Amino acid sequence: MVWAFEAEGLVKRYGKTTALAGIDLRAERGAVLGVLGPNGAGKTTAVRILATLLRPDAGRAAVGGLDVVKDAAKVRRLIGLTGQYASVDEDLTGTQNLVLIGQLLDLRTSDAKARAAELLAGFGLSEAAGKQVKTYSGGMRRRLDLAASLVGRPDVIYLDEPTTGLDPAKREDVWTMVRALANDGVTVLLTTQYLEEADALADTISVIDHGKVIANGSPGELKRVVGGQTVLVRPSDPAHLDAAGAIVAAVAGRKVESPARGVLTVPVDGDAAFTEIVQRLARDRIPVTELSLRLPSLDEVFFTLTGHHTKEDAA
Amino acid sequence: MTALAETGSEPVLTAPARIAPRPFGLVRHSLALAKRSVLKTLRTPEQLLDVTLQPIVFVLVYVYLLGGAISGSTEEYLQFLLPAIMVQTVMFAGMATGVNLNTDIGKGVFDRFRSLPIGRSAPLIGSVAGDLIRYVVAIASLLAFGAVMGFRFHTGAVEVLAACLLTVFFAFCLSWAFVLIGMLMRSPGAVQGTAFLILFPLTFGTSMIAPKETMPGWLQSWVDVNPVAQLMDASRALMLGGQLGNDVLWVLVWSVGFLVVFAPLAVGAYRRRT
Repeated sequence: MVWAFEAEGLVKRYGKTTALAGIDLRAERGAVLGVLGPNGAGKTTAVRILATLLRPDAGRAAVGGLDVVKDAAKVRRLIGLTGQYASVDEDLTGTQNLVLIGQLLDLRTSDAKARAAELLAGFGLSEAAGKQVKTYSGGMRRRLDLAASLVGRPDVIYLDEPTTGLDPAKREDVWTMVRALANDGVTVLLTTQYLEEADALADTISVIDHGKVIANGSPGELKRVVGGQTVLVRPSDPAHLDAAGAIVAAVAGRKVESPARGVLTVPVDGDAAFTEIVQRLARDRIPVTELSLRLPSLDEVFFTLTGHHTKEDAA
Repeated sequence: MTALAETGSEPVLTAPARIAPRPFGLVRHSLALAKRSVLKTLRTPEQLLDVTLQPIVFVLVYVYLLGGAISGSTEEYLQFLLPAIMVQTVMFAGMATGVNLNTDIGKGVFDRFRSLPIGRSAPLIGSVAGDLIRYVVAIASLLAFGAVMGFRFHTGAVEVLAACLLTVFFAFCLSWAFVLIGMLMRSPGAVQGTAFLILFPLTFGTSMIAPKETMPGWLQSWVDVNPVAQLMDASRALMLGGQLGNDVLWVLVWSVGFLVVFAPLAVGAYRRRT
């Protein structure tokens, strides 16, 4: 089958630093691939190669069956890119930004203007269309940025950490847009530092670390490996830590971690474990100030997969 | 985001219609990008300070500090200085293109340009061509200020226009050298520093502020071969009358030479720089 995009054994070095150490990524048409990894894992480098901005030192990458190096010009007609930082022009208005991109994509000026108006309306930016982008809020910029990468109706769109720096409400906005894109049959590559985000959007998740894919699968498969959810307990009285730890460990059947003083976390397989922990804590009269069930953080995913934390890598 | 929710059923965001490439892409894309550059300049008028206020300060300093000593009177010196300092002003504006590009290409918007199916050179050509507006503003403000101070043309409109166009063409071609520096250097400060090392001998190793005859022999030899000196002489002849000689021809030859050498080098450096 022809993958919407496909990368095989990509290697990229900067001097002595190896950004990519042989990475494989692929997605079927209309699928959302989530690339999950900490800062410096090589996410952006991989995206830049797939977007024809960088040449790989080894390996190959193709979009719609076209090689990103040999057929770069054709590939550029198939892709849309939204970088980690807003790649729109601050001094221009929203309309001017989109019309310019339309013209660069060989649309006639009248068509470019119509397309710009259509996208601005679709992204709720019609009112701000005539204002300079520097007056936009962070969320508006992201929306314009996303609109800009859709002017050419791309088959494949790369979203490099599209929600980094956005508040939770704005993050939901971006998620809605990504889902709308996938519904329209666009293939999406999304990089993120949040398992929650990859879980919410991606059909397949590739976890990368030090320029290598260390896990690959559906969100369900990944969660089965790393423990679907994490229970966090903070006893009101630190004297109860050991007792609480014993209960949590017994129910989860896993080793308990203490990421911060007075806090216990443990991966669990389902909601039932959480309910049981709540009941047992109540029975033993252990009061808590904090008790929650959540998806594991990227750090916890990494700890499970690699045995080390992400922060050590970043340093 | 209600508007977006509707797009699921009615695909506003995307549809399989592929845009067909149209001919003369490089020209159209460069023009669209030049328009972007002009819009940016007009939206941020403070960026025009270096081509409006700065040359006026130079004129005031030279005319009132040196005018009496060199020409005997400030009025006469203004006649001598203005056609030449116009050349310096426009060349400085050309240097700013390199400095600004150095800042610009680090921004995300250039990443987007690189991910579009356009010629690799289009963003550079667009920026350099768009900065022609700065040259026009520079010349207009300098000549207007000169007129207020008492400068008078001694030739016709055609000759004056020719002097301006020749200056603009030369500066446009030379600005590719500054674009090259802008692509090679890490910071705008480094670009400016290096560019000044080139600009100073070119603009001051001329008869701009004092007649060549008053200089030592070695400096006169430099002035004789310096294309900027030839451009300043041509500009004086075209604005004030007098012997034009071969200066115009030599300036054109140098200009084309700069363009042919530095434009491809700058585009190559831009491609290598990621």
